[in-house]
Amino acid sequence: MNTPLKLTGGVIGFATLVFLLLNSPGCKPTTTKTAVTGDAASRVYVAPGTHDEFYNFVSGGFNGQLSVVGLPSGRTFRNIPVFSVDPESGYGYSEETKPMLMTTHGFIPWDDSHHPDLSQTNGMPDGRWVFINGNNTPRIAMIDLTTFRTHSMIEIPNSAGNHSSPFSTPNTEYVVASTRFSIPVGTEAERDVPINTYKENFKGSVSFVRPEADGKMSIAFQILTPPVNFDLARTGKGASDGWFFFSCYNTEKAYSLLEVNASQRDKDFIMAVNWKMAEQLVKEGRGKRVPGKHYSNWHNHKTHTVESTIYDDVLQLDYMEHPGLVYFMPCPKSPHGCDVDPTGEFIVGSGKLAALLPVFSFSKIQQAIANQDFEGDFAGIPVLKYESVLYGEVKKPGLGPLHTEFDAHGNAYTSFFVSSEIVKWNIKDLEVLDRVPTYYSIGHLCVPGGPNVKPYGKYVIAYNKITKDRYLPTGPELCHSAQLYSIDGDKMELLLDFPTVGEPHYAVACPAELLKDKSVKFYRIEENEHPWVAKGEKESGIERRGRNVHIKMTTIRSHFTPDNIEGIQLGDTVYFHVTNLEQDWDVPHGFAIKGAANAELLIMPGETATLKWIPTKVGVVPFYCTDFCSALHQEMQGYLRVSPRGSNVPLKAYTVSVDDEL
Amino acid sequence: MRPISRIMIALAALALLVLLVVPIWRIDLAAPQYPEGLYLQIFADRFEGDVEKINGLNHYIGMAYIKDEMFKEFIYLPKIIMVLAVLGLVAAAWGRRILLFLGLVTLSLFGLWALWRMWDWGYEYGHNLDPRAAIKIEDQAYQPPLIGHKQLLNFDAWSTPDIGGWILFGVMALLAGVYFLEIRDMRRRMQAATTN
Repeated sequence: MNTPLKLTGGVIGFATLVFLLLNSPGCKPTTTKTAVTGDAASRVYVAPGTHDEFYNFVSGGFNGQLSVVGLPSGRTFRNIPVFSVDPESGYGYSEETKPMLMTTHGFIPWDDSHHPDLSQTNGMPDGRWVFINGNNTPRIAMIDLTTFRTHSMIEIPNSAGNHSSPFSTPNTEYVVASTRFSIPVGTEAERDVPINTYKENFKGSVSFVRPEADGKMSIAFQILTPPVNFDLARTGKGASDGWFFFSCYNTEKAYSLLEVNASQRDKDFIMAVNWKMAEQLVKEGRGKRVPGKHYSNWHNHKTHTVESTIYDDVLQLDYMEHPGLVYFMPCPKSPHGCDVDPTGEFIVGSGKLAALLPVFSFSKIQQAIANQDFEGDFAGIPVLKYESVLYGEVKKPGLGPLHTEFDAHGNAYTSFFVSSEIVKWNIKDLEVLDRVPTYYSIGHLCVPGGPNVKPYGKYVIAYNKITKDRYLPTGPELCHSAQLYSIDGDKMELLLDFPTVGEPHYAVACPAELLKDKSVKFYRIEENEHPWVAKGEKESGIERRGRNVHIKMTTIRSHFTPDNIEGIQLGDTVYFHVTNLEQDWDVPHGFAIKGAANAELLIMPGETATLKWIPTKVGVVPFYCTDFCSALHQEMQGYLRVSPRGSNVPLKAYTVSVDDEL
Repeated sequence: MRPISRIMIALAALALLVLLVVPIWRIDLAAPQYPEGLYLQIFADRFEGDVEKINGLNHYIGMAYIKDEMFKEFIYLPKIIMVLAVLGLVAAAWGRRILLFLGLVTLSLFGLWALWRMWDWGYEYGHNLDPRAAIKIEDQAYQPPLIGHKQLLNFDAWSTPDIGGWILFGVMALLAGVYFLEIRDMRRRMQAATTN
């Protein structure tokens, strides 16, 4: 009897011990409750009527847009339509904006936008533009930071999957576009090849796009590369000015089941391109014009209309003919980020399947090139010896490193997708200083000015891939999210969670002062050169051109001129050219008409926009203003009469005032 | 008059000419939805500022559309200012005290006349409303304040002198001062003459 009693006692004792151990604080998963410090709320509170400190431009991923967010509040102010049509503003629906989305594939109303980058002067954001890539149908867009509207867009020929883009050189001489998917390029016969001839027939490409002062973009030159997948890129700066670095994976040259087949090699590459040399070669006429039809679309702010230029070819440089133009550096396991520190001396590779972070030294790269310290070549491109170019490795930093940004004090912040954390480490001595969890599965991160020569610092923002239980549930489809951490102290501190629109990939931030005073309040009506502008109600009118009817209409609080239209027939196509005569800030007018198969127009003060409308039924249809413009907004409406085809109702457009009726 | 007085009068006369190029009066408006404010500046010959925006707002309540052509004053105000300046220079050159006195009286009358014109226009502008106006409020008039603050529906209105107005006041004060000193000087000399 004694033994079973002892046994029972022992079991109960052990169970109690296990229970106590499991319930002790050290043995439980960390939650936000343990991660947030007391005064977090006051540090992100932006009092009513005051402004945020930073603008944060957050990519929308699969929504194709770019969000404008304030920091530290995390409030979203606007989603700028870039690659996707936007019925709420008429972007991609109005006759003026449709050409922005024209490509050699025709009108493409959607794309996948991943990486914004700010235009720079001397390696710092200059507040002119923000660029963003279209991944699916390769494009780069430029957003004007005075109007916060898409200003121009260029299609990238000989490319597929414009992922490694649109990173800028230190004076925005160029923004780059490189291929995630290699494809066969050339003539139709060269392109129509079996997929299993990938190794022989497929090519990657890296394009350098030049933005002009007026925002027009063209491709300065393109380099065809071996068929690898480019992932991300960063410009050299300071010490490494004149060079550009591109991470690449799938050096296995797999074309099927990449998940496994492209994860075999121990090391992939970071590609280094001497773009100053390329520029010189182009100047000397050493490039070759090859077929590569593409569109370059540009918003003319005088006519408020997008103009397309179609190029038939592109200038290519062949790296085989120009030794010294391109080098490969081995980098462990499918690198994602290849990030250059503020001095330009260090390049951090983030092998997303690696258990360490390699830091390359630019001076060692130059040394190795001078010494021809190659371990061989890859499709004719010299491969530098890993040990010769390596500054050092951060050991066991975390799992699944993706992307690194920097502060102004020699520290780096790397996101780890698999271990779901941000790790702060010192560049010089490669020591891990701090780590904080992210909720959950961080992708990119952003330090204001983090990719620039003098980071503004203050915060690091995590852009997460998974939210799960973080917000009120909204069915199977959940919001994505970001998290704001303070980096002012030695330890990172979580301050705020905020939901984002679409899927945020990369984001950039700059001080509010850089942009807020330059923001355009309205367009000057006297500068409006739209071919169908009506600069006053007296210039409004109607005109038939065959089966097309053009109506020059004006809006001012709170009426349309004209607001009665007759003589439209079935079979006509009606163009409403609506000019908003207002000359004050924040007074847009909307225009919507019953049965419109496209969208509405949202017309900014001083702007002219055109909605195409095809009547489908005989009768009278109303149109009205959709943006609450004044106390008499609800009265802002009009009627249009549609008669059968061949009717003898005369074409007229008019307004009847009280005096006329009395 | 003493040379110093004549120099001061000449300077005052020249200062009046500045009124031809700077704003004389100013009306500021503020409402919750106009955090940046609206303003109207009155020059000798024109309006400047947010005239169009104010007109846009005022049409709801039937106030007249403000434009420069409404005011005959804008045609002869610059001429009056020039005549006053010439008179001042003549007074300075001639040096007779009576001219200074007349100039001061003329200038004061001019100031009073200008204020009366402003009040009269304001009354007309604020009371003579279009009967077809969208918003009509029983017994509500929109006369702007002549000087100082007044609440007009959702707007706070302030009426204050602008640079030109302050110059005008300054010129009047200067001339009054010169006149006072001249009189005192004259009395002293007369006293001195009698005691001798």
